[in-house]
Amino acid sequence: MIDSNTQVTSTLLYLDDVSVSFDGFKAINGLSLAIEPGEMRAIIGPNGAGKTTMMDIITGKTRPDTGDVLFEGQMDLTQHDETEIAQAGIGRKFQKPTVFESQTVRENLELALSGNRGVWASLFYRESEADAARIEEILQTVRLQQRANELASDLSHGQKQWLEIGMLLAQDPKLLLVDEPVAGMTDAETVETAKLLREISKTHSVIVVEHDMGFIRDLDVKVTVLAEGSVLAEGSLDHVSAHPDVIESYLGR
Amino acid sequence: MISAFLFRGLAGRIAWVAAFIALLGILVPLSNLMLPSDHALYVPDYIVSLFGKYLTYALLAMALDLVWGYCGILSLGHGAFFALGGYAMGMYLMRQIGSRGVYGDPILPDFMVFLNWKELPWYWYGFDQFWFAAIMVLAIPGLLAFVFGWFAFRSRVTGVYLSIITQAMTYALLLAFFRNDMGFGGNNGLTDFKDILGYTLQNPATRAGLFAAAAFALSLALVISSAIVRSKFGKVLLATRDAESRARFLGYRVEHVKLFVFTLSAMMAGIAGALYVPLVGIINPGEFAPANSIEVVIWAAVGGRGTLIGPIIGAITVNLGKSWFTAQFPEYWLFVLGGLFVAVTVFMPKGMLGTLSSFSDKVKSLKPAPKPSQTEAGEMRKEGEAS
Repeated sequence: MIDSNTQVTSTLLYLDDVSVSFDGFKAINGLSLAIEPGEMRAIIGPNGAGKTTMMDIITGKTRPDTGDVLFEGQMDLTQHDETEIAQAGIGRKFQKPTVFESQTVRENLELALSGNRGVWASLFYRESEADAARIEEILQTVRLQQRANELASDLSHGQKQWLEIGMLLAQDPKLLLVDEPVAGMTDAETVETAKLLREISKTHSVIVVEHDMGFIRDLDVKVTVLAEGSVLAEGSLDHVSAHPDVIESYLGR
Repeated sequence: MISAFLFRGLAGRIAWVAAFIALLGILVPLSNLMLPSDHALYVPDYIVSLFGKYLTYALLAMALDLVWGYCGILSLGHGAFFALGGYAMGMYLMRQIGSRGVYGDPILPDFMVFLNWKELPWYWYGFDQFWFAAIMVLAIPGLLAFVFGWFAFRSRVTGVYLSIITQAMTYALLLAFFRNDMGFGGNNGLTDFKDILGYTLQNPATRAGLFAAAAFALSLALVISSAIVRSKFGKVLLATRDAESRARFLGYRVEHVKLFVFTLSAMMAGIAGALYVPLVGIINPGEFAPANSIEVVIWAAVGGRGTLIGPIIGAITVNLGKSWFTAQFPEYWLFVLGGLFVAVTVFMPKGMLGTLSSFSDKVKSLKPAPKPSQTEAGEMRKEGEAS
């Protein structure tokens, strides 16, 4: 009893028996998941397994029908909206790279930079040296210094993905949700992205959803396999890929 | 802090345009009042009134641009905020008539005497004072926009649905103001004004003063709007326009962003309406007509949305065209207006100003200059080889 209590409070993100259905279709079905502080977790699963819906629930876009979603052991995420959850320290990268296309790379990062998000604060905001240095540092991390003053719409697909990861870094959340970061990337870019995420995971907790098995192998972290809205298997990549249920759900019956 | 904020608004061509408009506000009245009528630079009275009216339209179009061009809120109800500001000013002007009305009642406006009303309705109290009316010019459109926006934005009504309910809002107000028992003069509205702040409205000097007020208001509103769109808040506005849910996931309270800019824009529209009414001498429910609000959208689109200056140019150009056409070929104006909107949408999606700037960009890029994109591509190739 005491054990499970301490477990809850030390866990960064805790989902317990979460279910949600859309028009009778159970997108998430009794899902339980715990992410420790500083952990990087990869989530895989076939199409329709509920990966994106799970992210929607964590970030407040979708409200679950039943179950608990706790952040840092005390914040009930089902009771807050996207803005509050983002301000509490959960950042999200979308499956399709979503950056502010009509603004420059630097402006995108400036918007993401952590700080007061209020109307007055942004009206009278003046960039401090620390902020400018931080943006410069992130530009370097995501390898976009050369393109800092170009419109985000002019970036290549892979660069947009990196810009969005850079925006996540600027936001400096406690937990990063990264949805298919290497979709549409070249092999070289994929390797770079894995490096980048491993770097980020030294200072942040990260959940990565991805299809690309090579990429997951590069990340070298604990893997959770989702299927039909619940956890099918959990463990190292080798462990889960040897699991008979996983083989069946991926290869079909 | 405020001065630093406004100073940022004076960047680039905005400073020139704002200074030019303010200068017009000084020179046109001076020329109208000081020069003899046969002087080459003399501005006749009717031009002062006509262009004064255009300046108030320009302010309305710029206010719309702030919400539409920068925040993506296509309001088809900005005519309502304009009309409400106009009515607030009209109520002040009505009460200035005093016993000079047809029925000679010292308190009640003529239409109330005509309707056999015995006392002034409570909501007409205070409008005999200019300062009170001036506050109401801002407060009433602002409050309506705030309440409307509060419900609409919180419920995440966006896009065409929002446009439709703003149309419904102005249409509902149109119907309400048509009713005699609303107490705003019904069908006829408010008219027969005599003076403003003690100056006779028929006097050319008063008209020149109103022209100057319209020019200064437009100039100041342009600087304030420019300061807003150049601040970090302006970037948040664009972010909300382009990817609303992304802005939410970054932790921005999108509904507050929209509410602020919508309310501010409505207040600017209210000021425009308040300046318009003494210049044209009448305000009636026709100002709430849905078509009026749509016309404002056309001005902004023709001039170039998302530029602040474009809608000013668009409002003046389209209304010049309207004045000319309705005199020469009155029956064709609506076809021309419709055709203009279609043509701009299809051939100049960025409007006059946007097309002009992209043309000048093209001219610039034709000159031989080191192409940054090539050198960068080279560097990236090197990087790729290294890794």
